[in-house]
Amino acid sequence: MNTSNQVRLWAAQRLSAMVLAICVIVHLITIIYAVRSGLSADQILARTQGNVAWLAFYGIFVLAVSIHGPIGLRSVFSEWLGWRGRSADVFLLLLAVVLAWLGFRAVWGVYA
Amino acid sequence: MNTAWRARNHPAWWAFLVHRISGILLTLFLPVHFWVLGLALHDSARLDGFLHWTDYPLVKVGEFFLVLMLAAHLTGGLRLLALEFLAWRGWQKNLLAVAAGLALFAGLAFAYVV
Amino acid sequence: MSDVLNVRVWRGGEEGEYQSFQVPRQESQTVLDVVSHIQRHLDPSLAYRFACRVGMCGSCAMTVNGVARWTCRTHVAKVVKDGVLELAPLAHLPVIRDLVTDMSVFFDKWAKARGQFHPTATRKDPFARVKPDTPERKNADAGIECIGCGVCYASCDVVQWQPDYLGPAALNRAWTLVNDVRDGAQDERLRAVAGDAGCHACHTHMSCTERCPKQISPTAGIAGLKRTAMKAALKGEL
Repeated sequence: MNTSNQVRLWAAQRLSAMVLAICVIVHLITIIYAVRSGLSADQILARTQGNVAWLAFYGIFVLAVSIHGPIGLRSVFSEWLGWRGRSADVFLLLLAVVLAWLGFRAVWGVYA
Repeated sequence: MNTAWRARNHPAWWAFLVHRISGILLTLFLPVHFWVLGLALHDSARLDGFLHWTDYPLVKVGEFFLVLMLAAHLTGGLRLLALEFLAWRGWQKNLLAVAAGLALFAGLAFAYVV
Repeated sequence: MSDVLNVRVWRGGEEGEYQSFQVPRQESQTVLDVVSHIQRHLDPSLAYRFACRVGMCGSCAMTVNGVARWTCRTHVAKVVKDGVLELAPLAHLPVIRDLVTDMSVFFDKWAKARGQFHPTATRKDPFARVKPDTPERKNADAGIECIGCGVCYASCDVVQWQPDYLGPAALNRAWTLVNDVRDGAQDERLRAVAGDAGCHACHTHMSCTERCPKQISPTAGIAGLKRTAMKAALKGEL
């Protein structure tokens, strides 16, 4: 991977981090509120099903996480496992795709 | 080797370790989280089964731990964004204390309600 | 305070072992005093480096009780643990013998990071006028006092985990030059310091900043390089 792309990966990591900062704060507040109110699964689903704002928010959340996590792992693989280069990058790309797929599927499952 | 840990024993290094470990744990948790939620698609009975588990104290402890990891990773990350994108200032050393405090607050808020 | 120090000193190369010496303890004794005593009175075959002995040259840097320090500026009283001192060569560098390391790779990385000034003016041009209170000059001045002692490099875990990593000293020097308005090699320098082996590999452990005997913060400079590299990448200049 050339230097320019390495810099782009770093920038994507930081940018997705900024997006996630907002998503995570909202998510934490939502979870704490839901648990505090003693909402059941049915009650939660009643609020999320057909809710486009919810779909958009969690869709962005999934996308950001699928970018942020694997790029973070790239450093861990390189530094702690000594695994770097093309094979590691391909594995992490696949991981990103899997995370995104599972995530969008889950978001759809709770929206539809 | 013992040598390395004597050199690593300072706050910013521990902040790094917390951030990295929490990141790894969260990345391991996420696919599981997505998969369970995905059960709502085809297998809501199974999802209900999973959700009943949340009544068990041990699971509640696990959830608290996850929330703590998430909060720690978030606050540590905000600290890093400040260090990298804002011009360097002396007070940035204290960001670590602020981050740790906020993370703990979020974890305790969750523990209080759960 | 007991009157004898138990000093364990690394002997050998990459492979070797610690050898113990008993050294008389004294008031206001520095670790350099201790090493010199061993070499002069106990074992003349001990290899170690020092020069100025007053904290100006950085030659005496080594690992003292697990932490990289200048021996001439380290009081024994400050670091001794249960009467024991453990001396080893600087970490992350090939060991020539005993406490002496081969610093070539450290300086090679300095060069790789384009840590040299590239002049643009000729002798016919008037002197450059650089105001000391401009933001760029302040950034450069914050890092300019580096004497290349290697303490930061030896303290950095990323240097250990990522063999190609240029390291805090090289990147700090690059930062001072990025902020030098007279320099003419800005594009090449940014390309040299960006990426997996450059500033983007820094994880803000801040061990370098913690240990630098000149109180320089390479972390600050590296953060600056990240910002500068990103701006250049966004403009398509990288």
